[in-house]
Amino acid sequence: MVCDDCHENDAVVQLTAIKENVVVQLHLCERCAAQRGVETTVNTLPMHPLGEFLNQVQQQLVAAPTDAASCTFCGSTMADFRASGRWGCARCYSQFEAGIRELLRRVQGHSRHIGRIYQSPGGETLERSAVLGELRERLRRAIDGEEFELAADLRDRLKGME
Amino acid sequence: MSLDLSLLPDGGVGWLDASGPSSDIVLSTRIRLARNIEGYAFTARARDGERLRILSQVREAVSGVPSLRAAVTYRVDELAPNDRALLHERHLVSKELAGLDPQHPLRSGAAVVLGDRLGLMVNEEDHLRLQALRSGFAVNEAFADLDQLDRELGGKVPYSYHGEFGFLTACPTNVGTGMRASVLIHLPGLNLTKEISRVLTSLQQMGLTYRGLYGEGSEVVGNFLQISNQTTLGRTEEDLLDLLLRVVRHVVEREEEARRVLLRDAGYIIEDKLWRAYGTLRYARSLTFDEAMKYLSGVRLAVGLKLISGLSVYTLNKLLIFSQAAHVASAEGRPLTEDETNLARARHVRKALDAEAGLVG
Repeated sequence: MVCDDCHENDAVVQLTAIKENVVVQLHLCERCAAQRGVETTVNTLPMHPLGEFLNQVQQQLVAAPTDAASCTFCGSTMADFRASGRWGCARCYSQFEAGIRELLRRVQGHSRHIGRIYQSPGGETLERSAVLGELRERLRRAIDGEEFELAADLRDRLKGME
Repeated sequence: MSLDLSLLPDGGVGWLDASGPSSDIVLSTRIRLARNIEGYAFTARARDGERLRILSQVREAVSGVPSLRAAVTYRVDELAPNDRALLHERHLVSKELAGLDPQHPLRSGAAVVLGDRLGLMVNEEDHLRLQALRSGFAVNEAFADLDQLDRELGGKVPYSYHGEFGFLTACPTNVGTGMRASVLIHLPGLNLTKEISRVLTSLQQMGLTYRGLYGEGSEVVGNFLQISNQTTLGRTEEDLLDLLLRVVRHVVEREEEARRVLLRDAGYIIEDKLWRAYGTLRYARSLTFDEAMKYLSGVRLAVGLKLISGLSVYTLNKLLIFSQAAHVASAEGRPLTEDETNLARARHVRKALDAEAGLVG
């Protein structure tokens, strides 16, 4: 099937939209879908030399029993990673630790960093940024959940800290 | 916002000036470090507002970073499409940051800080991509600059770091050191002696990888390719750099050997072939990018073999950059069709070679 927008590429995304109170079905190619702001998780050709291998490993990857269902900071799941090949945030590395360790062994041949050791600038700064990050994330979720009183309270706390 | 590249030392192409070691074969050395800042989701998952906060946090930090004292910041997200392509063609920003990759539309907060042989991309796949760029084969020198920048910046913004996994990155292929060290190398001799595929296979067995002029997914044209470390975890930065150094040194020797063999066994055939390449560039009225690359590769080889004298490698290296579509359009001051681009490209190449023609022999 050809894309309804550009009439050139093959359609790979089916979009259901409501236009003037009528339900319409659109078949779009990936590019046109992206132009309409639709996120697609279609597997495209691997770009990285490791891409093909990574794709295979990614598809087999399952969360270890000890791993979280979704990241408490960014909300990413193992399925998100399988689709994009990218983690959502730094905390994903702790949340999916067992799965990540296994993935790194296969992709990188190692799972332990032995290079530069990093000391972040003053414990206080780091803690502050972690607290700020947590507050921002809670604010985001409060807004998503339409908990406006909570959101206002969080916003005030953030303002105070920033 | 319009782009004024004249603010940069050498317009940001000083890395092509052929002043570094082995620069007849190794055009440049580039090393990058992927870093993320604590407290935010990685770029792709962060919201517009978060990315803008990341940018302002970084700009504030950069003002106190000595390595970037004279640096210029460009808001990539506020540039016109051709200007973004221009930055990408000069290897100053990645395709993803420039919003030219169909998989990754332009992001708010995308920016680049450019200093002397150092750069910092903000809101790329990772929050920060620090990079050092040097003319010629100068791995240790490039890393010394970059390491200094990394320490200065890492002392101002808290990086995401994990005791076991190292520097944390969005893609698992970058985690650990976050370091990708690469050289841009010109191997026409190995191509002509048909040894190139064997050399590339052995590179991969050694834990290195190669790609075209424009990084991930780009094709190898004109015998120009980038060689870099494949893995980033489980080895120290020094070990990874040392591996690249040793293997590339070996590849350079093989290329030199191939060039000697070509001159010895096929001297006049090669000489004729390369002068024809020069003739085409001097007089062609239309050149596609691939053609320009192919003939520039030949002329570069001829200069390396001293078959053609009076032509500077810097001029040829600059032509590699300036004969790309966005540069041609920028020089013409308007958007061009493909045919117009080919005509204008040939005109610019002729003009650049004419300027040195009186000296060529």
